[in-house]
Amino acid sequence: MESLWLSVGLASCVAAILLLVGVPLAYWVSQTRWRGKFLVESVIALPLVLPPTVLGFYLLVVMGDHSPLGKLWTAWFGHTLAFTFAGLIVASVLYSLPFAVQPLVIAFESVNSRLLDAAAVLGASRWRIFRQILLPLSLPGVITATVLSFAHTLGEFGVVLMVGGNIPGVTRTVSIDIYDHVQSLDYIAANRMAIALLFISFAVLSTIYAVNRRVWSPWPTK
Amino acid sequence: MADQVTAQNAIRPARLEAQLRFKRHGDPADAFELNVDFQLDPGIAILFGPSGAGKSTLLDCIAGLLRPATARIVLNGEVLHDSALQTFLPPQRRRLGYLFQSPALFPHLTAEQNVAFGLNDLTEGERASRVPDLLAAFRVEHLASRKPSEISGGEAQRVALARALATSPRAVLLDEPLKGLDAELKSAIVDDLRAWNRIRQLPILYVTHQRDEVDALGERVIALDRGVIVAEGSPHAILDAPRKKRLAYAAGFENHLSAVVQDLRESDGVMRVRMAGSQTELEIPLGYAVVGDRVHIAIRAGDILLATHEPHGLSARNILAGKLASLEFNGATVVCRVDAGAVFLVHITLGALHSLQLSAGQRVWLVVKTHSCHLVED
Repeated sequence: MESLWLSVGLASCVAAILLLVGVPLAYWVSQTRWRGKFLVESVIALPLVLPPTVLGFYLLVVMGDHSPLGKLWTAWFGHTLAFTFAGLIVASVLYSLPFAVQPLVIAFESVNSRLLDAAAVLGASRWRIFRQILLPLSLPGVITATVLSFAHTLGEFGVVLMVGGNIPGVTRTVSIDIYDHVQSLDYIAANRMAIALLFISFAVLSTIYAVNRRVWSPWPTK
Repeated sequence: MADQVTAQNAIRPARLEAQLRFKRHGDPADAFELNVDFQLDPGIAILFGPSGAGKSTLLDCIAGLLRPATARIVLNGEVLHDSALQTFLPPQRRRLGYLFQSPALFPHLTAEQNVAFGLNDLTEGERASRVPDLLAAFRVEHLASRKPSEISGGEAQRVALARALATSPRAVLLDEPLKGLDAELKSAIVDDLRAWNRIRQLPILYVTHQRDEVDALGERVIALDRGVIVAEGSPHAILDAPRKKRLAYAAGFENHLSAVVQDLRESDGVMRVRMAGSQTELEIPLGYAVVGDRVHIAIRAGDILLATHEPHGLSARNILAGKLASLEFNGATVVCRVDAGAVFLVHITLGALHSLQLSAGQRVWLVVKTHSCHLVED
């Protein structure tokens, strides 16, 4: 069960970081009129279509001792970023980025722009409009983004295997653990963990749908 | 020093001056250019025009929500926007009251919190005393703790009005604020608004195409069509005798006839015209035209009388024989379609319909006073 707790810890850290990074990024994407915006959007969405092994491979290269970034990290911390928990966090943040940013962008863009105009005419600064109008009205999107990044990180396999390897207690996440058990034909242990993951995923998704239904039901409520 | 400035402003009446050109690019069907130059003095000025004339765009430019390429907008001597000087105050710093076509209340805040939103600079105590007064001024104090989803459209509009006026604005922009409300409620809100402005004497630009609101509110009408000001003056001059055909439609002239000038009787101040494609002639007020010119005439459906027998001994100069083609009910009004050479729309009441025992196919006579016919430009 150690691997399950490791995964939950990783997913929680990633979800928290993605909330901090994703909200400003999504705000920028939803507000900017810059023509090159589509390039940024494409980069954010890249992990959706890229095979996880490809993303993991490049991350491994960047974290390695031959890249400038890798050298810098080693110089500061005395070891490489790859095959550590911190390295897993960095990789997972990038891998789950679209799952945080896209619901946030959709939520921000679906707030009636006239409300933001009204607030501006009433003298509210951009920061106050963001804090008191845009963010509260986008709350379902914020919850969706957080829960999705948590769930997506919980289930990742390819990127983790490439960047983290398989170190018990450090980088052996639940999906890798399941894979190990299957490899050693221990189907009972694999099943125990797979069922736990299945229930967590279901609970997470039903939370999203329940929350969204209550706050802004897409269907008319009776 | 600051007190002196305030005192000066108090003596000098408020004034908003705006000259601007705004172009919306895009596909040709959607392309549009606004090009206006006007000023507002204290009191309510009506901005009137058909939909698509650019009224809301103009308000957005004044409020700073849109940034026209060329503009000079000055309020009480302070430059809000001057494209030549590269001065552009964001909407936050213009201190204007602006009510959109939709109330745009913040859905997650109560009515009270909505009204208080613009009073962020005040202390808690000042807010607590000011908000109830504002809600009371627009008779929505009983809704203070309700959310926008729990109040009616008319109530939401009143809360939005209170919110727009809460910030002590220096000028007010109102975009069809009473759209869709019933007449009684309208006149109540209009009275509240007039009372509110009696002591403040702010310039108010009020967009509407409702005739009753213009009559109740306007001291001055600015008529906008396709992005340019086509007329300015008293409500009577603009709406009762619109000189533009498109404006006449907006002002509620149901009959638009094309005719050719037959002869001018300058001594009587009238001329005779013959309706296109028929032998029917009309006497209309003398206009700037010569014999043979094609002119356009607008007549209100409510200005035409309908008779079941040929009338005699009337002062009206136009009595046209025709056939009642159809009857249509529209609330308390009956719309009669009468073929008298050209097709005329005539509005009569339900009572008139019953007492005249009208039915389709019947022979009728139309009575049109010379001065009910208005010459309009194409």
